[in-house]
Amino acid sequence: MPPLLINKRISLKKEVNIMLTYTVRRLLSLIPVLIGMTLVVFAIIHAIPGNPAQVILGQRATAEAIANLTRQLGLDRPWYIQYFEYIKSLLHGNLGTSLQTRGPINEEIWPYLAATAELTIVAMFIAIMVGVNAGIISAWFSKSWFDYVAMVLALIGVSMPIFWLGLMGQWAFSIELGWLPTTGREDVRDPVTAITNIYLLDTLLQGRFDQFGTVLKHLILPSFALATIPMAIIARMTRATMLEVMKSDYIRTARAKGLRMFWVVYKHSLKNAIIPVLTVIGLQTGLLLGGAILTETIFGWPGIGRYLYDAIGYRDYPVIQSGILVIAAIFVLINLVVDLLYVFVDPRIKYTK
Amino acid sequence: MKKRSILVLLISLLAISMFLAGCNTKTNTDADGKKNPGTSNGSKKDTLVYGRGGDSTSLDPITTTEGEAFKVTQNIFETLLVYGEQDTTIHPGLAEEWNTSDDGLTYTFKLRQGVKFHDGTDFNADAVVFNFDRWMNGNEDKFPYYTMFGGYKADEGHVIKEVKAVDPNTVQFILKRPQAPFLKNIAMSPFGIASPAAVEKWGDDFRSHPVGTGPFKFVEWKQKDRITIEKNPDYWQKGLPKLNKIIFRVIPENTARLNALANGEIDVMDGLNNSDEATVLANDKLQIIERPSMNVGYIGLTTNRPPLDNKLVRQAINHAIDKKSIIDAFYGGKALAAKNPMPPSIEGYNDAIQEYPFDLEKAKALLKEAGFEKGFEMDLWAMPVARPYMPEAKKVAEVIQDSLGKIGIKAKIQSVDWPTYLEKARKGEFDAFMLGWTGDNGDPDNFIYTLLDKDSIGSNNYAYYSNEELHKILIEAQTETEQSKRNELYKKAQEIIHEDAPWVPLVHSTPLLAAGKDVLNYLPHPTGSECLLNVEFK
Repeated sequence: MPPLLINKRISLKKEVNIMLTYTVRRLLSLIPVLIGMTLVVFAIIHAIPGNPAQVILGQRATAEAIANLTRQLGLDRPWYIQYFEYIKSLLHGNLGTSLQTRGPINEEIWPYLAATAELTIVAMFIAIMVGVNAGIISAWFSKSWFDYVAMVLALIGVSMPIFWLGLMGQWAFSIELGWLPTTGREDVRDPVTAITNIYLLDTLLQGRFDQFGTVLKHLILPSFALATIPMAIIARMTRATMLEVMKSDYIRTARAKGLRMFWVVYKHSLKNAIIPVLTVIGLQTGLLLGGAILTETIFGWPGIGRYLYDAIGYRDYPVIQSGILVIAAIFVLINLVVDLLYVFVDPRIKYTK
Repeated sequence: MKKRSILVLLISLLAISMFLAGCNTKTNTDADGKKNPGTSNGSKKDTLVYGRGGDSTSLDPITTTEGEAFKVTQNIFETLLVYGEQDTTIHPGLAEEWNTSDDGLTYTFKLRQGVKFHDGTDFNADAVVFNFDRWMNGNEDKFPYYTMFGGYKADEGHVIKEVKAVDPNTVQFILKRPQAPFLKNIAMSPFGIASPAAVEKWGDDFRSHPVGTGPFKFVEWKQKDRITIEKNPDYWQKGLPKLNKIIFRVIPENTARLNALANGEIDVMDGLNNSDEATVLANDKLQIIERPSMNVGYIGLTTNRPPLDNKLVRQAINHAIDKKSIIDAFYGGKALAAKNPMPPSIEGYNDAIQEYPFDLEKAKALLKEAGFEKGFEMDLWAMPVARPYMPEAKKVAEVIQDSLGKIGIKAKIQSVDWPTYLEKARKGEFDAFMLGWTGDNGDPDNFIYTLLDKDSIGSNNYAYYSNEELHKILIEAQTETEQSKRNELYKKAQEIIHEDAPWVPLVHSTPLLAAGKDVLNYLPHPTGSECLLNVEFK
């Protein structure tokens, strides 16, 4: 083996090692973050008034029954005991039991997460495809009519209330045009058999292409509604960084060499402009996964946002705590993935020990 | 190399778009077939999709007091006696006949023979005894509605001494003392008879695996999304139910739910906004269905908080509120101005009572007499949620604030989230507040005793109203089994309440549902949940 190749291999190995150490270190640093998170959430929800026992027993309950149930749920114990009990069961991998359904949260939470994940992935796909390209073209032909129109649309996209947009979408595309269904994830009269609870995947796994189409149609309105804000932010971000990069010397050199503009823009410029955009994409994905309560409410989407929202209305403490914890964990993990992605996009970025 | 990758990209894009187009045409034909989706074998539509705002919390009806649960369980479980289709008169259910001993202490039920639970086990007297034993040995956390029988086994107030199987088809209830609404209680949805075998098999999980004798069997529950039930082929009423399947879908937002209805994705929706009635009427594919009213929306005037502890002040407030304009503005005219704490459809309603007329001068005079000529300040709490009896509490509160301003009372509108609202109300922390009640069993006791007796302070008597004379009357009425005497007692009770004015009774509203024009025989029940036994499509 030629010595050069060996050297290269050794340095590659070293690099992988560094990356691994970095990842492990980042993962370890997650632990205090998550513990801090539980403490904050615990403090906040216990500070708000409203007794879960009252809510569970409903408007018709007697005072005595409320007192009994409060005791039974352990809500009369000092807060620090309640907190340590909770942490103890968390360390056993147990997210707790829902007060409302009395089922284990570990099992209950998955379908909601999957529903939200599906919606988020499609929404982010749309947001990235449209947003990045609109940003690039706006920068490429900056100060053209396309640029102005795209940026005005982006401004509208950021400021448009999802609530209104969602209902208008339903009215236009469902009721007036009859192209798309208004709400839900599937045709309930011909329901999807859940395997992973990500229906696009489930229908393909079962070879039900007709259902795949139906599921896709159900996704269009909510994912577009959900995509508007990230799409607009991504477009503006991409445009800004692209403009910057396209002014740089090496781009001028590339163009002077006679490279086709398309390649200059999509390869040479984009690669350098994408880092901040990637950050925004990571943050936005995390936000959307945290549950888009409004979108999920309007479109009757049984996602994590509604799971949490209902839990708050019900003062279902374990669900609120564990739900927020899971979302926070996902949020942090996505950002870790984004940080690691930087290295692949831009070899100049290196994480040292 | 690069050209090739572009080519690959283009081809794959083409492939994807063709695939999507393919899906599109396929679903388009589905959409065309939307006129009759949900058919099991061709011609007639037999799957009903019911859209509602919230999911059930349990499908074991005795474990909850929450109305969304009963909308489903009413179709899975049956009670010994049932209510009339649209009223609360008593009819045979799982019991074919019944009789009451002269002293009102023994009730004997002859059970229907040949009825089977969905799991194939027999319905018989032992099953009834099993269910009542299960409930009376529980507590308010487990089986909250069982308090309709005065408490649990160990409680002194518990009216049932014993439930016994005389023979396989006869059940006897022996009471400690007469309970006037006993039969009406027996017919309430929470007391649906469950399969003992299934209860034992599932334990606590029975709440998500319900097994009864009803016209529909439980199929699937996807939480916060839908519950599916299907026809019980062995149902004892031959030829029924007419539907093959019912899917209860959750669509939280009212307007989105109406959109789904207009688009044919659901067949029936509840919780229609009064303001959307015109939209439904303008659509020739839709119809409005009215639920008979059995509710009351009111403003509570917490009677132990000055200056509301003064009867004259409370009467003055009653004079100051223009119910008619509130009804026209917020209930689309579809509500009855209330003068009593219970609706007229309930036996014992006192129609002779004269409503406090809307009269600002009179109100001012009363305030002057009470020593508040210059008025005073108070909080007016508005519910944060929509309820059938109060669809737009905050807007109604603004109208009331305005009226009260005219007699010098400065009302500050306050609100807080619903769980906190109920808790504060229970603790008597409000001055004036808006609330309401939907009847459970059509008995006056369920309104007047539950909402205004001194025993109910700390639970549902949020106005902290206490009157010894009223208390005596209400307790007497609970055990009085002769109907005419009982009605007289309640009429007297309403007079006392009218005079003391612990509330401003506002409205008895008519909750609205909307449905596709092809839905037939949908008869909403005043209690808020109905069995869809006879519902079918045109």
